[in-house]
Amino acid sequence: MKKLINAPEDVVVDALQGIEAAHPDLRVDHAHKVIYRGDSPRNGKVGIISGGGSGHEPLHGGFVGLGMLDAACAGEVFTSPVPDQMLAATKLVDGGAGVLHVVKNYTGDVMNFEMAAELAAAETGTQVVSVVTDDDVAVQDSTWTAGRRGVGVTVLLEKIAGAAAEQGRSLEQVADVARTVNANGRSMGLALTSCTVPAAGKPTFELGDDEYELGVGIHGEPGRERRKLATAKEYASLLVEPIIADLPYAKGDAVVCFVNGLGGTPLIELYVLYNEVAKILDKHGVQVARSLVGSYITSLDMAGASVTLLRVDDELMSLWDAPVRTPALRWGI
Amino acid sequence: MSDGVTRTDLEHWLQVFAKQVEDNKELLTELDAAIGDADHGVNMDRGLKAVLVALEQVPQATPAALFNKVGLTLVSTVGGASGPLYGTFFLRFGGAVGDEEPVPATQFAAALRAGLDGVVARGKAEPGDKTMYDALAPAIDALDAGLAAGEVWADALTRAVDAASAGREATIEMLARKGRASYLGERSIGHQDPGATSAALLVASANEALHDCA
Repeated sequence: MKKLINAPEDVVVDALQGIEAAHPDLRVDHAHKVIYRGDSPRNGKVGIISGGGSGHEPLHGGFVGLGMLDAACAGEVFTSPVPDQMLAATKLVDGGAGVLHVVKNYTGDVMNFEMAAELAAAETGTQVVSVVTDDDVAVQDSTWTAGRRGVGVTVLLEKIAGAAAEQGRSLEQVADVARTVNANGRSMGLALTSCTVPAAGKPTFELGDDEYELGVGIHGEPGRERRKLATAKEYASLLVEPIIADLPYAKGDAVVCFVNGLGGTPLIELYVLYNEVAKILDKHGVQVARSLVGSYITSLDMAGASVTLLRVDDELMSLWDAPVRTPALRWGI
Repeated sequence: MSDGVTRTDLEHWLQVFAKQVEDNKELLTELDAAIGDADHGVNMDRGLKAVLVALEQVPQATPAALFNKVGLTLVSTVGGASGPLYGTFFLRFGGAVGDEEPVPATQFAAALRAGLDGVVARGKAEPGDKTMYDALAPAIDALDAGLAAGEVWADALTRAVDAASAGREATIEMLARKGRASYLGERSIGHQDPGATSAALLVASANEALHDCA
């Protein structure tokens, strides 16, 4: 295992110290592993927190800042944070207007956030609403499983709901916007390689030199099938067509097209993929209103990419375009 | 032979459970590696060790307080799905076990049932989903049935252990419908569920620690 770390057991703690050192706008509650805005809590503003296992950076800590998240809880690598952490984050950002919890749909995350919301209500009376993202179309029989996984849409949701909260909307309005984003977004990814969890020291799964995993999850969960390597054109088709068919996206729809790297894939390859994705969308008459290309929700050092489409109307677009100032997303300011 | 289970007996149960999880840490993690994320043994071991430390630092006066502390500690230290599930189990157990000791056998069984109901409420598991429920529920059913039929405590507990083991084995052929294993679909068949395995240890440790009580 080759990694820029001091010791596997210190990765999360050391990275949090690095984030604090690099970004003076942010604060870190090291005891609870919570990254939060230095100006928290903001009176009268709905607080938005998220969190999850570490290893998906910049998600979630890199999205803390003006116009996006108020706080993010960092779990151990690929392990949900515990309720104490979400409770601490909720208290830190509660400005009296309630707190939105953005939760990716994984069994552990959902349960831990649920307990945190119960504790918050019991201890402080803070009003908490949770919105769960579940956009991964690779999980097909979702009625009989833990359901679809929350992936790329989470990034777009945090941006858009964050803008809504920044405008001073109520908790219920912000939650509605968040639910709308989740309902209109779909994603799918593929892995060219596995990833290596520092504590494990070896790849999470085996993948032949001539194979890739179509529909992989962001923790290396198995996808739809394992196939022989192909071209970017074919990868784009295998990712985008199931997404389009699922919602479905129709001719004339405007979308945010998000091509995301999983951590070990260079940007140049993401642009090669984006080019193919854009051609397919054009063929379907789906209009790309905005794009986002880069590694924003990753799986440690996994090579691969995911595609997320979000159908947007004028309101979602204006929230997307609203100013944001976080370590990983920054515009309009 | 006494009239029930004392707080000291219950603490002993937790110590035995912690020991059994420690002894089976590798097994639990291996089972989890096959269909989950390879951390069940490590997480449970860490959580139960934290429980023993917490109980040593601040002794709890009543059975209810004891299990409230156990539940909160597990929720704070285990993480993943097991933290909330075992945490909720013990919190609900504590809510039903009461402040008085000794705890009569039927009340102990009722507290187990309350814990199980908490697990179901938290995890939305149904029978046959290949979860801890599939070991725990048959065990509690067997304990209840034994006690209702007038069996002595020790016999009813033995019956519960057998039911938990059978339930654990039955998860091998089940298709996972909850948790990370569910993403495997058909590929989850043939693997024993790690949660059912640790739940069977919970029942076995109750038998070992409490066999001669009540």
